[in-house]
Amino acid sequence: MVTPTALEAELLALAGSVPDPELPVLTLAELGVLRGVRLTAPDRVEVRLTPTYTGCPAIEAMSADIERVLHDHGIPEVEVRTVLSPPWTTDAITDEGRRKLTEFGIAPPRPTAPAGGPVAVDLTIRCPHCGSTDTTLLSRFSSTACKALRRCESCREPFDHFKEL
Amino acid sequence: MTQRTATPALPLGDDALILSHRLGEWAGNAPVLEEEVALANIALDLLGQARVLLSLAGDEDELAYLREERQFRNLQLVEQPNGDFAHTIARQLYFSTYQELLYAHLATGDGELAPLAAKAVKEVAYHRDHAEQWTLRLGDGTDESHTRMQRALDALWRFTGELFEPVEGLDTVPWPALYDRWTARITAILERATLSVPEGPQRGAWTAGGGRQGLHTEPFGRLLAEMQHLHRSHPGATW
Repeated sequence: MVTPTALEAELLALAGSVPDPELPVLTLAELGVLRGVRLTAPDRVEVRLTPTYTGCPAIEAMSADIERVLHDHGIPEVEVRTVLSPPWTTDAITDEGRRKLTEFGIAPPRPTAPAGGPVAVDLTIRCPHCGSTDTTLLSRFSSTACKALRRCESCREPFDHFKEL
Repeated sequence: MTQRTATPALPLGDDALILSHRLGEWAGNAPVLEEEVALANIALDLLGQARVLLSLAGDEDELAYLREERQFRNLQLVEQPNGDFAHTIARQLYFSTYQELLYAHLATGDGELAPLAAKAVKEVAYHRDHAEQWTLRLGDGTDESHTRMQRALDALWRFTGELFEPVEGLDTVPWPALYDRWTARITAILERATLSVPEGPQRGAWTAGGGRQGLHTEPFGRLLAEMQHLHRSHPGATW
């Protein structure tokens, strides 16, 4: 592992400040999908990005947004590479990211089970609107691949839950 | 365009692509809105896997849209028509249980498929869970849902033997052990759902077999015609 230069650290922070195209309250850094920025030539950088889900269509918009931000910062050549390994997990979402998800009305993911696979659903998921823990699963799949649909039994509002991966 | 037809990424990519297409056919037709969304999400996961796998084998678009039927290496199970909702769930149960076991094994190795397998196995665990929940609800539901779920399981049983025929290039996979684990899982879930494990052959000259060698069943040609029509009529078309 080579220590990033000051410029690389600056470019990483810039790329990390790009909002997620599906969940614009979160930045890519908070989502934990940026794997690194490397200067491969004086005017050329390589950005490594990992998808949340293999088929996540947002990855193309993320790449385009990163390219634009770094171009605007004076980097003529930007190559965004998609890497799969090690696989992204919801544990990569930062604490600040989790706080923002709740504020946005999405219940954040719980910590994943060490053995992999879906975690037991009996752990409490709190309603992002009223804070009640009395919530039930409506559907394991929701508006995007990364979310499940739940309903709060106290305030009766449906809400998305960023499901554990 | 160089294509590496010998890589195991091709048969596994074809499985994901063709099942994704079949599940996409439910869009606008699912019994309830939640299932509309669930089946489309599962199809999207599979399409993502297919894109990574086919890109390891060559150009993803050329492979998906310009091959003839005999060049596809997918299992016959995944090309079977959706049928009623029970048939789709039975197909999902058989396939996702298999895919999860296979990917979990490949994820532990250091082959070229390991990164994708490690990533996708977590998605497939949700697909399998979805199929199991529905198998329980339909099997242990009404007389009508029980009858139709059992009928679907029986109808697709003859395509399950092919799942465990060794795939060229996947030499480290312990196929008989995979078959035993698959059978144990399927048996356990069907028992909980008050359903019977189908009887009858899973393999042999008179049953399924041959998708991996490019031999497909009759409905596959119509699937390909629909999937490839736009690309073949308008080469290079983009959105």
